[in-house]
Amino acid sequence: MQKQETALTAQICFRDFAFYYGGFHALKNIHLDIYQGVVTAFIGPSGCGKSTLLRTINRMYSLYPGQRAEGHLSIDGEDILGKDVDLNDLRKRVGMVFQKPTPFPMSIYDNIAYGVRLHEHLPRSEMEARVEWALRKAALWDEVKDKLKQDGTSLSGGQQQRLCIARGIAVRPRILLLDEPTSALDPISTLHIEELISELRGEFTIVIVTHNMQQAARVSDYTAYMYLGELVEYNKTDIIFFKPAKKETEDYITGRFG
Amino acid sequence: MRPVVFSWLAWRRRWLNYAATGLSLLAMAFGLFWLLWILWTTFSLGVSGLSLSLFTQMTPPPGVEGGLANAIVGSLLMVGLATLIGTPIGIFSGIYLAEFAQQGWLGELIRFMNDVLLSAPSIIIGLFIYAVYVAYRGHFSGWAGVLALALIVIPVVVRTTENMLRLVPTSLREAAFALGAPRWHMILHVTLRASLAGVITGILLAVARIAGETAPLLFTALSNQYWNTDLDKPMASLPVVIFKFAMSPFEDWSRLAWAGVFLIVIMVLALNIMARVLFRRKTI
Repeated sequence: MQKQETALTAQICFRDFAFYYGGFHALKNIHLDIYQGVVTAFIGPSGCGKSTLLRTINRMYSLYPGQRAEGHLSIDGEDILGKDVDLNDLRKRVGMVFQKPTPFPMSIYDNIAYGVRLHEHLPRSEMEARVEWALRKAALWDEVKDKLKQDGTSLSGGQQQRLCIARGIAVRPRILLLDEPTSALDPISTLHIEELISELRGEFTIVIVTHNMQQAARVSDYTAYMYLGELVEYNKTDIIFFKPAKKETEDYITGRFG
Repeated sequence: MRPVVFSWLAWRRRWLNYAATGLSLLAMAFGLFWLLWILWTTFSLGVSGLSLSLFTQMTPPPGVEGGLANAIVGSLLMVGLATLIGTPIGIFSGIYLAEFAQQGWLGELIRFMNDVLLSAPSIIIGLFIYAVYVAYRGHFSGWAGVLALALIVIPVVVRTTENMLRLVPTSLREAAFALGAPRWHMILHVTLRASLAGVITGILLAVARIAGETAPLLFTALSNQYWNTDLDKPMASLPVVIFKFAMSPFEDWSRLAWAGVFLIVIMVLALNIMARVLFRRKTI
């Protein structure tokens, strides 16, 4: 993992952040700066709130009444918790890939073009170029270039997940959220996705939630360890894995707990 | 591996299994027997009544050559229009229930009312339209029949649309939202599209259901001995003509009734097969 030691810009900033599912206090007092252009991993045992935290960055929770956030959360200095925030515009800037592949019931081409059409009116040739660009970025182009008209659901699980990543980056977000993107995939597909994450580093700010500590160690530059809704430790991945400051983190990393 | 010692338990399990399988097979055979008998009777009695004049001539007085042309056209018109009116209302309501009102008292209320309507005997729907439309206009009419049939279509389509939309996983909705899709766009292009085959199946089943309904037409469209495509006048339909002709003592009437039965059965069968094929081709 080569990292250039230039000054990093904090792009996503949590301050005094808390989150509630109805009466359940799921996230407590989160202070966190996620840096632009690097890969940040959220790790921690099941139920620690890492997915919850991820889903606040694109305000996914706003779909569900009863879920609410408190405190401050800003992206590029702009508060995104406000009532008048345009969620569709926010989600154009913050893409997301889910645990299980979610191809839409339409052709591979339309799967990619779907999100683009929501935000831009491109002439046909430019749209074709965009679709190819996104599929190439997601390392899927060579496998699907001859069957763009086929249904997206006809692809294998790993291909479907790369299709979802391509769909996410086709709208050219600045941030990409990955919610356990490989937990439903076989080892080979997982490897493809991890290589892909490394390829996309720099161009996008990537935040990944993972159950798999080795994966966090392999793909991320920064790692946040969470436990019971609190951010326990956050630092460069090497430090978290080799010289954690806190005993709890070390216990989790070394497998003594979790 | 065979048990070394004779085991009562194994013996009992095996025979219970045979008995249960046998009983299920018997039950299936019993049901199938009547269905096949019905199909056979309809076929053998109906085919003899098939002829070109069936489609070209009007329902006759007793003792005169005739056909079912006015009843066929009446049925097609009323069933077609009722579907056209009932389907959009049903689909929109189903969308509302599945996508906007999964929880909440209003959704629950509508769902409950819809279930009541779904299980209401069709004769009640006929009487309702008689009371609010026929009595008000002062005469029977094709429109009254269309309204009664549409009222039967709506709850069927609402139910299937809601059920099919609910089968679409939440993750697919979230994926569309995550790209910045507005809700209406997500519904139209993702969830409705994912459940299209199921929704169409629901519509076809609703059509099959109203194609054979007699009771709601008796007090609404009544019947008509003559050629009529004016929906403001009483209108003939296959089920009502069958009802009238089958009960008569006249042989030629009863032959026409059987031919009508045959036409309806073929149509309903075709719709069901279409629904089957659609559903098998595209399941979620």
